[in-house]
Amino acid sequence: MPVQCSRCAEQRAVLKRPKTSQSLCKDCFFWVFEEEVHHTIVSAGLFKAGETVAIGASGGKDSTVLAHVMKVLNERYQYGLHLILLSVDEGITGYRDDSLETVKRNQQQYDLPLKIVSYEELYGWTMDAIVKQVGMKNNCTFCGVFRRQALDRGAKLLNVDKICTGHNADDLAETVLMNVLRGDIARLRRCTAISTSSGGEGVLPRCKPLKYAYEKEIVLYAYFKKLDYFSTECIYSPNAYRGHARAFLKDLESVRPSAIMAVLHSGENLSVKESVKMPVQGTCSRCGYISSQTLCKACVLLEGLNRGLPRLGIGKHHRLHGKLLSQQPLTEAEERKLKAVDF
Amino acid sequence: MCQVDEDYDSLLERHVVASDTKKCNKCKETTAALILKPGETFCRCCFKDHFVHKFRAMLGKNRIIFPGEKVLLAVSGGSSSCAMLNQVQQGLSQKAHKKLRFKPGIVYIDEGCVLGQSLEERQKTMAQIQSLFKRAGFPYHIIPLEMVLNLPSSVLEPVHVATDDPAGNYKVAVDHFMQTNPGHFLDSNTQVDQSEPSLLTDGTVPQLIDEAQTQILQELFSMVKTLTAKEDLLHTLRRHVLVSTARAEGYSKLMLGENCTRLAVKLLANIAMGRGAQLAVDTAFSDPRYGDIVAVRPMRDYTAKEISLYNYMCNVPSVFIPSLETKTTDKSSIQRLTESFVVKLQGDFPSTVSTIYRTSEKLQTANFTEDIATVSLKCLLCMCTLETTLGETSAFQATLISEQLSQHICRITNLAIGSHVPSHSLLCINCCLLFFSCSRGGDSMNLESFLCYSCQQTVKDMTSVKFLPQYIMSEAQRRNRRSQMRHEISEFLLNEDQDSTSIKAES
Ligand SMILES: [Zn+2]
Ligand SMILES: [Zn+2]
Ligand SMILES: [Zn+2]
Ligand SMILES: [Zn+2]
Ligand SMILES: [Zn+2]
Repeated sequence: MPVQCSRCAEQRAVLKRPKTSQSLCKDCFFWVFEEEVHHTIVSAGLFKAGETVAIGASGGKDSTVLAHVMKVLNERYQYGLHLILLSVDEGITGYRDDSLETVKRNQQQYDLPLKIVSYEELYGWTMDAIVKQVGMKNNCTFCGVFRRQALDRGAKLLNVDKICTGHNADDLAETVLMNVLRGDIARLRRCTAISTSSGGEGVLPRCKPLKYAYEKEIVLYAYFKKLDYFSTECIYSPNAYRGHARAFLKDLESVRPSAIMAVLHSGENLSVKESVKMPVQGTCSRCGYISSQTLCKACVLLEGLNRGLPRLGIGKHHRLHGKLLSQQPLTEAEERKLKAVDF
Repeated sequence: MCQVDEDYDSLLERHVVASDTKKCNKCKETTAALILKPGETFCRCCFKDHFVHKFRAMLGKNRIIFPGEKVLLAVSGGSSSCAMLNQVQQGLSQKAHKKLRFKPGIVYIDEGCVLGQSLEERQKTMAQIQSLFKRAGFPYHIIPLEMVLNLPSSVLEPVHVATDDPAGNYKVAVDHFMQTNPGHFLDSNTQVDQSEPSLLTDGTVPQLIDEAQTQILQELFSMVKTLTAKEDLLHTLRRHVLVSTARAEGYSKLMLGENCTRLAVKLLANIAMGRGAQLAVDTAFSDPRYGDIVAVRPMRDYTAKEISLYNYMCNVPSVFIPSLETKTTDKSSIQRLTESFVVKLQGDFPSTVSTIYRTSEKLQTANFTEDIATVSLKCLLCMCTLETTLGETSAFQATLISEQLSQHICRITNLAIGSHVPSHSLLCINCCLLFFSCSRGGDSMNLESFLCYSCQQTVKDMTSVKFLPQYIMSEAQRRNRRSQMRHEISEFLLNEDQDSTSIKAES
């Protein structure tokens, strides 16, 4: 016997909500999913009318659903936002082609402007060119660091007011667990924040409208809306602890589906002793990105690439920052150490 | 007990073999008998000293137990709490280097009813525990969990005690103790306090257990659908019995035997159950939530491995007591899953437990409502500060919104029907009653508003709350009347409203 939707009691239920385990019809599910995101946006005051908002679009399911829901809600509730899709092209031959194609199709379907910024535009180097200089073994360091900043740098080029990303409840809960396992109290304290207000000059505020959306519901939404997405398997091996945290969270969810929200709730309510020292968050004196050093990691890596000293960014060379900043030449001994090509 | 406390006998052998060429790190003379972790080798003698020293140091550092104070040791029969008992015994003995100066008593709560054990099985366990306690020579209390049905509602109210300067208080207490017990260091304080051990003295177990009460408890637990919630409820009820026993018998401290490994598991499991705000009281050395009775955890610096090694070397007896988790699989509850996760991860990354433990050291109890600290703002079950009143954007609010949005919409009246129906006249026959016949009903009172997030989750996993012990229900009713009263006078109470320029909901 077909199950009836428990909300409208009219249509046939097509799914069991992972979050509440209610049986819902397609329309009711779309409605509650969108309304929940709307509630998040409104209650957290994520946007103000008239703002230009860049949606970080990777072509993956989270950002595809985010773009779709943002478009729907912006019209339904007249947020008055100017939405732009923003994609980053790392310049790895073959790797991004499919996902960028997806983003381009999304653009047409949603009728949103799309801007693709390349690593070449942002950093003056493509990943392919970087690999050529540093070798395969260390390119992960570069790509990870560059990728973290790419959205910010790209958004700044576009002159937007805000960036929103597709991080979902599972991602955040996983991060909470990972930071507990690593004992990273500073990150633990801030990782559940729904938005980062503009920290310093030139650092754009970021927010996560899907913060309370379950990954499984995002997939269900994309599936029933027939949204076109590209499942990007991250080519970077996630760090060991994140892998464990992810597996643990999945198990927790299978024992008690509300566990994901419970972890978030815990993360939001943690209180760190005042006596615990936190690293001071400064900004990079060259590009303005958040950094605990005078120069951020990306700027150091770039300097290294540009000076032909690729080792500069790998390992700790903080004491050289002063020299780098004032454009001073390095000593011969220093150069020799940083040039070493045992990659 | 839990798998974390499993035996390490085999491990010990392996270490003995592996390290027989090395010298003890401490005395640098004797051949090392064991390695705690790489670089930490001990001979048997130094290991014992180290173990004893750690216990004293933990108590000494925290200076929270006053000389002459009555302290109730909660002993479950497991290796950790038995090691704790052993440490207290040693500390009070004549030959102790620096004698402990408090007056201990022991308590054991028998949970056999929840595990479906027969009366005979339970008697056997209690007899074993009794002989263990008799040997210790302290006053003891062996109490069946059924006792929870006789508790007064006052258990759920923290008793306020003025604590202006704990360090100063400690000094005053010491001075007072020295005056009233002048010959303390010579006189034998270890002789059993002649106060009558209550409830169980010699083999009188059967009279203690009222079978009708056993049945009520079994019915209560059969209403709980998940093992996660069962374990949580049992933990809560056990705590209430412990605190109430301490009060009734004049103890002012409650000593818990949770070790470092146990606490790391607990911390992570509590995060997964939404107890983030309470992590500090749940895992720190001292837990002040009950006010007059302070719970302390002197074993929190020892790993399960250290304790097993010590118990093995010093022949510290313990009793195997099955628990709700015994013979369950990894994924049967959040607590069980977390335990096997931590144990497994500890195998791959030996610093896991200590890292999680260190995280716990850096946390404190958030005191968002400390300024208006009243009973109604404490959770009815775990007695921690309610954290469900926080801001509009929170996982808690998001959960409420999810529930609201997926409420049934009546086809005829177009009204949303929530899970707490105001009156039956609102329900139509066509769709609403159909819908409600399958949703849970019957519990008229909204118990959840008096519970913290995590305890709400536990109650949600129950098909009915009508079997909850009377002391909980009557306290809930009292708070309900209070909140109704508050609601009636709400228009005369002043509170501020905040506004913002952000996009606001139209609906
Ligand atoms: Zn429906
Ligand atoms: Zn920079
Ligand atoms: Zn030694
Ligand atoms: Zn609670
Ligand atoms: Zn109806």
